[in-house]
Amino acid sequence: MPDKPGRNAIEVANVSKIFGSGEGQVAALDTVSVSIRENEFFTLLGPSGCGKTTLLRLIAGFDFPTHGEILLYGQDIAPLPPFKRPVNTVFQSYALFPHMTVADNIGFGLEMLGKPKAEIKARVAEMLKLVKMEALAGRRTSQISGGQQQRVALARALAPQPKVLLLDEPLSALDFKLRKDMQIELKRLQHETGITFIFVTHDQEEALTMSDRIAVMSAGKILQVGSPWDIYDKPAERFVADFIGETNFLTAAISGIGNGKARATLKSGSTIEATVAEGFQPKDNATVVVRPEHAKLTKDKGELSGTVDNIVYFGTDTHIHLRLDSGEAFTVRQQNTRSAGCGFERGDKVGIVIGNDAAQVLRD
Amino acid sequence: MATAEEVAKAAERRDIRGRWLLSAPALLVILLAATGPLLIVLVYSFLTPGPYGDVKWQFSLDAWTSVFLERDIFDDTLSIAAAHVTIFWRSIKLAIITTIATLALGFPTAYFMATRSEKTRDLWLFLITIPFWTNLLIRTFAVLQIIRNEGIINTILLKLGLITAPIQILYTDTAILLGMAYVYLPLMVLPIYASMEKLDFRLVEAGYDLYATRFQVLRRIIFPLVRPGVIAGSILVFIPALGAYVTPIVLGGGKNLMLSNLIELQFGQGRNWPLGSALSISVMIIVMVALLAYVRNAGSSGVRHG
Repeated sequence: MPDKPGRNAIEVANVSKIFGSGEGQVAALDTVSVSIRENEFFTLLGPSGCGKTTLLRLIAGFDFPTHGEILLYGQDIAPLPPFKRPVNTVFQSYALFPHMTVADNIGFGLEMLGKPKAEIKARVAEMLKLVKMEALAGRRTSQISGGQQQRVALARALAPQPKVLLLDEPLSALDFKLRKDMQIELKRLQHETGITFIFVTHDQEEALTMSDRIAVMSAGKILQVGSPWDIYDKPAERFVADFIGETNFLTAAISGIGNGKARATLKSGSTIEATVAEGFQPKDNATVVVRPEHAKLTKDKGELSGTVDNIVYFGTDTHIHLRLDSGEAFTVRQQNTRSAGCGFERGDKVGIVIGNDAAQVLRD
Repeated sequence: MATAEEVAKAAERRDIRGRWLLSAPALLVILLAATGPLLIVLVYSFLTPGPYGDVKWQFSLDAWTSVFLERDIFDDTLSIAAAHVTIFWRSIKLAIITTIATLALGFPTAYFMATRSEKTRDLWLFLITIPFWTNLLIRTFAVLQIIRNEGIINTILLKLGLITAPIQILYTDTAILLGMAYVYLPLMVLPIYASMEKLDFRLVEAGYDLYATRFQVLRRIIFPLVRPGVIAGSILVFIPALGAYVTPIVLGGGKNLMLSNLIELQFGQGRNWPLGSALSISVMIIVMVALLAYVRNAGSSGVRHG
């Protein structure tokens, strides 16, 4: 998927956030810079404690950066309190006002902006329709289900027509089926409203399926920004490759770097062509990653050879765990057909074919 | 043979009987210790005063008529008892002002406590409850020591040269209010704090996020959600404040009679037990009416906790 061009809705420039002081100082964000384009579905992805929620809170205005600037369409909003930012948030816990009805919740932002009553009423009706909650407008928020609360939270945040919508793990409290539905729903809402979404999640699958672009974060830093395809197929660092999907790590000697490609000589002696991560500094031995579904097993010779350790059947595919002759572990994922078995058995000596387009050299 | 339904019903009946049996001692204590004396007071209010206190067992409505009316000594005509009305109004006014003052001080205090970290919260809670460890009389005398003419405030102000003569605080209405607010503040803070502690502060963030200013967040989100605590605190302060006895005497110098002093007078020097009883019941009725009105008013737009 090619990147959508567009102006930047949000620019985060060299932002750091340090909590505490003296000995107990913790840098939740460490000189982070990232640009988020207008109308894009942008995801901050990372494990808990990586700083993704902190970054979201800085954009929302609940916390203020220790250093750096946050620009909204070119204007520095870092010193503004949250009620002066044309940005709204969908909270992880929804944070719906329990003493108000569904309709009052949705209209709250507009009311605070001092909009005329008629306009609020019309806009609330429009929002209720958008999230398909017309029938429950008069209910109290404690009288509706989790999925419905989620919709109300979305409608409430969208009603004032924010320039940017921030979503803090909004789907994490829903069960699997509902989460899948809401993922599609969120994409539809983003498409229909044309609002820039910044979505925080620790769920890599959610990030891959929903985002236009993803920023992978770890320990207060952004490691890589790119389309889901970039992030999955061309991870820049070991953390990114490991956090998103399953992968095989191999040690290789790199030569002939040029045009984003290089030749990687594996321990087995075979040489394959690989793409190279941006910012790669030439060194003797580098790490090469190969996704399990991008390698094939053969009974003949391949680029690597090893022994079948274990075979795990998953319905749609089979995972075959191997021990390479070099001692490293390697997994191959093979699409299942209706014929019985995967064609291999535990203890088989096999070859592994790695295509020329299957490997990526990491920069760390 | 009994059906499953019948068995279940029988079990339920046994269960209910068991519950009554188990709560019987508590119910008995409440009946004897609370309802019993109240009934005696009620009965006494319809009797005739005895010459040396006590009552004569002779039905009379005199006590009730003299709660708000007085009989002229010469021509027996009834007129409104201005003294009693003044005393009632003085006590009610003091109770209302005390409630407002403790609310004005207690609400921010509770907010402050609830927004501290969990560890320091306990410390503040501890500090708030410390005054309860001492006797009310001693606490009231402590206030007296602070505000009297040779007390801490006046001494410091004189030493600093800010005033040339001590300010008369003691034996004024200000002194009474000061003492009342001090004594009853914890009763206001604790229920509000209990509500405030349960408040989800993400709702406050959500309010700011939706363009509400600090004042709007306070009025539209925080206050409605802690309203049950505010109501409870107000009730806990208003009732004892209406019957306050020690504080007005010690800090007000007993110059102006309060309801409780008036009632005490009837059982003591006045030797008019029926009037004392009728006055007591009147106070109870005032409290009940005030509370019903307040709860209905304040509760109508409040949160219904499910």
